[in-house]
Amino acid sequence: MGDDKVVLLDFWPSSYGMRVRIALAEKGIKYEAREENLVDKSALLQEMNPVHKMIPVLIHNGKPISESLVIVHYIDEVWNHKSPLLPSEPYQLSQARFWADYIDKKIYSIGKRVWMGTKWEDQEVAKKELVECLKTLEGELGDKLYFGGDKFGFLDLALIPFTTWFYTYETFGSFSIENECPKLMVWATRCMQKQSVSNSLPDPHKVYDFALQLKHNC
Amino acid sequence: MAEENRVTLHGFWASPYSKRVELALKFKGIPFEFVEEDLRNKSSQLLKHNPIHKKVPVLLHNGKPIVDSHIILEYIDETWKYGPKLLPQDPYKRAQVRFWVGFLQQSYETLLLVCKTCGEAQEKATKELHEKFEVLEGMLKEFFPDGNPCVESDDVGFLGIVMISLFGAHKVQSEAIGVKVIDPEKTPFVFYWINALIELAVVKDSAPPHDKTVAFLHAFRSTALKSVAP
Repeated sequence: MGDDKVVLLDFWPSSYGMRVRIALAEKGIKYEAREENLVDKSALLQEMNPVHKMIPVLIHNGKPISESLVIVHYIDEVWNHKSPLLPSEPYQLSQARFWADYIDKKIYSIGKRVWMGTKWEDQEVAKKELVECLKTLEGELGDKLYFGGDKFGFLDLALIPFTTWFYTYETFGSFSIENECPKLMVWATRCMQKQSVSNSLPDPHKVYDFALQLKHNC
Repeated sequence: MAEENRVTLHGFWASPYSKRVELALKFKGIPFEFVEEDLRNKSSQLLKHNPIHKKVPVLLHNGKPIVDSHIILEYIDETWKYGPKLLPQDPYKRAQVRFWVGFLQQSYETLLLVCKTCGEAQEKATKELHEKFEVLEGMLKEFFPDGNPCVESDDVGFLGIVMISLFGAHKVQSEAIGVKVIDPEKTPFVFYWINALIELAVVKDSAPPHDKTVAFLHAFRSTALKSVAP
């Protein structure tokens, strides 16, 4: 593995990019991080992801892999000698994938409606939906330390990046996720104690400033 | 069927998601019981085993539910080690299959738009659909560099199964919607591949009756058009 060349095309506030950063950190993989300007996409990004031209893209020895969860699967399968991310038992794996898929279907798009929303009524509807989703996830967590059980794993990795956007959702939506889902916030704090996570996630206040700027530009 | 390997699939005859699980089980030679769901009156079993989405397909393996068709297919491949592999062994090739399955799904969503619209909106959606197939054409040429997309029944794989489930009925879809879904001149590789896939015995045996599918698509389209009519 010493001769591996790993490059990550990324964008700092992207929750999807954060997932890959965490996976690489968990595995101790050295890589070159390239920050993309999504308004002016690099020739490399367009070449490596010609279909969607989106980040994150992992380039391993010149070969590109796109879509955050596809990349995480790839990382776990290639660097399989340490820190397994995915459960090995097929049924547990199917459950982890189900919940990761649930997060993908819901959190980003509903969250966006909360912070980008311009009509109060639409924001209120989105807020209610977001809280419902987070409570469902909180239910799935139950009394476990992590979604995977005793160890940080795939599902924790899939969700934790979105917590950097919670301050943004809360500020634009005027509500408190801590009040609605206290157990989830305890889990989030526990995850942030891991270096692989805290080194990969931006400051939520920086994310808020970015969102504010984006909203003003629209 | 041995008690220790009881497999039940809750599905719906016209659902491509249900169809792909059915095909995966058949390609692998896994015996299973099929429960046809009435989507207007879902069974208590379905609602119990998929409380979050309340949708088909749901696979029950020894009573334990697995939902979401792409998750079910990976579960099948990981659990039943015999029979044709649905995913390649090589991690990079697996990543490519997973990526392109996602792309096929997006193409299907464009097809649904073609089905639900008319006039200019339908023309725009059709153009987008054909563009997506052109991208797929490029992929197929790389995936199958020797020129022939593989169509042995033991090598159809995840990608082939998803393609069959979404576009296997492309001729029927074209007939019902009044628009050519796959253009053989623009995308000859895609056209050849899907037509070869649907000739496989397993696929032919699982295909729903032609007239039933046409009637279903007509009803689907007319309901959709009515809901946007001024």
